[in-house]
Amino acid sequence: MIDLDFMAEAFRRLIQGVPLTLELAALSVSLGLAIALVCAMALHYGHRGLTWPIRAYVTAFRGTPLLVQIFFTYYGLGQFRPELQALGLWGFFREPFWCAILALTLNTGAYGTEIIRGALQSVPYGQIEAARACGMTRWLVYRRILLPIALRLALPSYGNEIILMVKGTSLTSIITLLEVTSIAQQLTSETFRAIEVFVCAGAIYLAMNFVVTRIIGSIEYRLSAHLRAAPDLVALPAGGGSA
Amino acid sequence: MTASDLLDLLGPGAGGWGVALLRAALVTFSLALSGFAVGAVLGGVTVFARLAGGRAAAYAARAYITVFRGVPDLLTIYLLYFGGSAGLTAIGRFFGAQGFIGVPAFGTGVAALGIIAGAYQAEVYRGAYLAIQRGEIDAALAFGMQRGTLLRRIVVPQILRHAIPGLGNVWQLVLKDSALISVTGLVELMREAELGAGSTHEPFAFYACAALLYLAIAASTGSLIRRAERHSLRGVRFG
Amino acid sequence: MNRLTQFAAVVALTLAAVPFVPRGWADDKPTSAVIGTEGAYAPWNFTDAGGKPVGFEMDLATDLCGRMKIKCSFVLQDFDGLIPALQVGKFDVIMAAMFITDKRLEVINFTRPYAIDPSGFAVAKDSPLAKAGLTGTLDLGDAATTGPVIDKMKALLKGKTIGVQAATKHLDFVKQNFADVATIREYKTTQEHDLDLAAGRLDAIFAQRTTLAATLAKPEFSAYAVAGPGFVKGVFGRGTGAGIRKKDEALLAMFNDAIGAAIADGTIKKLSIQWLKSDVTPP
Repeated sequence: MIDLDFMAEAFRRLIQGVPLTLELAALSVSLGLAIALVCAMALHYGHRGLTWPIRAYVTAFRGTPLLVQIFFTYYGLGQFRPELQALGLWGFFREPFWCAILALTLNTGAYGTEIIRGALQSVPYGQIEAARACGMTRWLVYRRILLPIALRLALPSYGNEIILMVKGTSLTSIITLLEVTSIAQQLTSETFRAIEVFVCAGAIYLAMNFVVTRIIGSIEYRLSAHLRAAPDLVALPAGGGSA
Repeated sequence: MTASDLLDLLGPGAGGWGVALLRAALVTFSLALSGFAVGAVLGGVTVFARLAGGRAAAYAARAYITVFRGVPDLLTIYLLYFGGSAGLTAIGRFFGAQGFIGVPAFGTGVAALGIIAGAYQAEVYRGAYLAIQRGEIDAALAFGMQRGTLLRRIVVPQILRHAIPGLGNVWQLVLKDSALISVTGLVELMREAELGAGSTHEPFAFYACAALLYLAIAASTGSLIRRAERHSLRGVRFG
Repeated sequence: MNRLTQFAAVVALTLAAVPFVPRGWADDKPTSAVIGTEGAYAPWNFTDAGGKPVGFEMDLATDLCGRMKIKCSFVLQDFDGLIPALQVGKFDVIMAAMFITDKRLEVINFTRPYAIDPSGFAVAKDSPLAKAGLTGTLDLGDAATTGPVIDKMKALLKGKTIGVQAATKHLDFVKQNFADVATIREYKTTQEHDLDLAAGRLDAIFAQRTTLAATLAKPEFSAYAVAGPGFVKGVFGRGTGAGIRKKDEALLAMFNDAIGAAIADGTIKKLSIQWLKSDVTPP
């Protein structure tokens, strides 16, 4: 029933899409993190002129499907070639790759903003008071106290967001990018064996996300040394015979 | 394109896509709602298997959660769309039915969304269960409550309360995921927008319109969920 | 283990609760058929403002079903999923401007062709290919004549970006002949490559002549024209036919008879001129 040779061949073809998938995910996650940090800090800072547009951005991108965002960026904005050419932006919007990066980045930026904003809010106020009492300036409090604690608190949620992005790259198959899902569709149309091909592709994504989970997990472990239970003292070699 | 052209294009009149888009939005809403409901059942069963089942059941539950949270939803939908009928047909043969058993596109969409939502909801329920104070259960047992009463009176109500914010997130996820069902040919909001964009060559207007409709559904249901959350928290003391 | 069986039973019941529709026929004479089409390939098959499939093939299908006295309904499906969906029973017949080729015949059956329509390029009117003045219809089975023309076209398309629909013979053709000189982009629907041609992301698109003509008739394509010769046979097989599962032989025979009758009494010619603006009736 299961044709192992075919599965191996499908794997070989599908693996060729992995670099593009990872490139899309890595680029949009890092650019999105930058957007998220700036927006979350602006929201935390709380100036009304800043919070209003950021809230609108976050709501718009969290409230609509990524698929719509990708189509809108690619085909929707493509309709305005003369205007974009006049602005000198057409070189960017002409390429499906950059349209995909733009849509994915803005999407993950919006989710990231909410995650980091939440984390900034959860930093215990005592920490900030202590820092202020030590005479730290506002910026120094951010750099040394608020951001490091908030980023550690945000890490589990951000890990989920990264996984969602790795999964989200599959939607760029719709704007002609040849990543893993797109190759899977090609294979299906060539061989008409949809189930085997999609199972292989699923396994590849699962493997990628497993690696992401492990990396996030190990970072989390290293950053939470002070929260772990102290090493069991009884297990240490007892000295002086006083047990 | 002038404003009046746009009104003709997206309005309710002849040759306008307004009615079609609204009807498609309704399909999207019912698709997401049914998918969410199926997900609630699957999620509940899964979390029960994981927390109270035997080792094999717990293992199967974890595998289900890991797979469907780690594989792109688009792939899950493709797999179910092409694999679902084949599976049902095989089951049908087993029971003596002849020929193919086809699942309508809406049914496939609901099943796919339900399976994805179930994996996420299982995690939400598990988190909510773990948030219940152990002491409450001990107290109930001390009163001599039976297992069923304990579940009904103490555990499930609290799970639901703790789960509301998480379920709200899953609902938004399902609503947006429903756009992916467009690949199976079901004419929901995304597909209708694609059809409109393709046949009128006005992609900007159609995708913007679709985005606004999604936003409207997300915002109105979101405020309902926040209300439910506030309601569930009455009588809870903070600090 | 008992709990696992319970769990499995609940999952199975939940899935089974999803309404399913068994076909009204098995191996004897069919009484109904579900026809799968793409709905994005104007004027062959596309959708009106309500999402209802319309076009040359829908009218033809309605006519054929009337002749066969069976009940027909339509289902939409992206082109690249048509054959897999037919195989798993999503529908019984494909009518989606699909060419009858040997590779497809390995997995499904086709009726006799109901249309033969050459395929070609559409480019900007001021591009080298449009100015080269290549015309006519070329038989791809005849390599001696077509070879030199394709070589000439290669030079004219050097460095260009060509848009083609995924999973089609058009894609195979463009890949075979122009992959070494041009960039090829694959689109899910022809509507999408049309949008990208209008947006200036593509220099050329390759599709059937009749569908190109319908696209170019729209005002935003006034600067574009069909260019180069039309291609038939070879990779494009024996024309356009309806795809049917191999085991449904009774249905295949019924469709073949009905198509034969529709060719003979001029119905196909009439519908073809009405929708496609040219006569695609096969000889």
